Amino acid sequence: MSPKKPIAATLLFGIASLVLYTLLLMNSDLFVDWAERTIKGEKSLFLIPIVVAFVFSYFHGAFTGYFWETLGLRAAKTSTSKK
Amino acid sequence: MESSLFIDINLYNAIALFVVGFIGGMVSGFIGSGGAFVLTPAMMTLGVPGIVAVASNICHKFPKSLVGAMKRHKYGQVDVKLGIIMGIFAEAGVLVGKHAMTEVKHIYGDVGTSLYVSVVFVIVLAIVGSFVLRDALKMLKAEKDGDGEEAPHVAPKLALWVQSVNIPGTMMYFTSLKARVSVLFIVPLGFATGMLAATIAVGGFIGVPAMIYVLGAPALMATATELVIAFVMGAGGTMLYALDGVVDIRLAMIILAGSLFGIQIGAIGTTYVKDSIVKFVMGIIMVIVLFSRFFYVPGYLSKLGLIATMQESTINTLKMLGDATLVLALAVGGITIVVALIKGMAAHKLANRVADPAINPLARKA
Repeated sequence: MSPKKPIAATLLFGIASLVLYTLLLMNSDLFVDWAERTIKGEKSLFLIPIVVAFVFSYFHGAFTGYFWETLGLRAAKTSTSKK
Repeated sequence: MESSLFIDINLYNAIALFVVGFIGGMVSGFIGSGGAFVLTPAMMTLGVPGIVAVASNICHKFPKSLVGAMKRHKYGQVDVKLGIIMGIFAEAGVLVGKHAMTEVKHIYGDVGTSLYVSVVFVIVLAIVGSFVLRDALKMLKAEKDGDGEEAPHVAPKLALWVQSVNIPGTMMYFTSLKARVSVLFIVPLGFATGMLAATIAVGGFIGVPAMIYVLGAPALMATATELVIAFVMGAGGTMLYALDGVVDIRLAMIILAGSLFGIQIGAIGTTYVKDSIVKFVMGIIMVIVLFSRFFYVPGYLSKLGLIATMQESTINTLKMLGDATLVLALAVGGITIVVALIKGMAAHKLANRVADPAINPLARKA
């Protein structure tokens, strides 16, 4: 019996990931501006790339995991942790 | 107009970074690190200034490592405690390594720095890379000569000695080692990992072999734990670069887009392979990367006046060959992982069919 494919989760996280990337690239100038202002001394803006990285890793990380699972790429059931 | 540190991203740049990120991610998911050595030069080729390329590379590295570490943690391969301790000391190594680079640059200039990086590359990769590859080939031969089964994990002699040393007040139990080890042994290993990361961008070329051969961790656990170290180091490094405002988050996230697809494949791949394959992939990448340096070094020596002056066109051609060798290293690693994954999945499917009583009547009797 083949395991159930997480199609709904793939779509949900895929759309979320797509929205995030669209927002990032459409507002490209804004991110460049924030970085340039950090260089000029507004040090509190340094948190922006770190927060962005965490948010993207959550949504895009979940999406890519479900994506491969939907395509049938799963880990072996027998864990290789034969420590 | 004041020249910006941040390039315009076109479709060609985005696709190139996505693809390199994807293969780099696959290698990282499998051996705990890698890919970074191609990404920095790749970004620089696209016109990104060196400092922004390094900063953006490290900024894609920590979320990638986080996702990879969580994935491999699910498979029971991560020693979180060992990873965090090594990561903290690696962070110190990164700071010292960066300082050393700045000093070298101050005294000998950019070419001196490149030569210093190359010397570190050659020494580390020649010694550690050839050792890992030789060990992997020995293991593969033993498996071929035997019944194809993996020999049970036995800690190397050096690791057994390290595990036998008892320094009161410093001993800690690590699940990956199934033994207590003094933290005093872990400090220099973590530190060296960070130093290497600051110098050649891939700390795992020391971190993983150190965990395997000095501490006694199985290769699968060492590579998974390296992802925790990379996360700790990457997060710290990103903060430092972000404070300088040199992280190009757009570039970092485009690379991350590809590398998260890749890291899932690499991580899943580890559940289908033996320790020997993980070591083989690591060893082969290290040795090919080592060869890339032979193309760069003559140019640096010529610019420093240590050998006869070479024509700029010859230096550029050699540099291109060096870059191509780095891409080759990544490609060979990626292809080996995909082949190992396909073979492993096929063998696993076959084993499941044989064991399934609905398909195999013999399994019902057993």
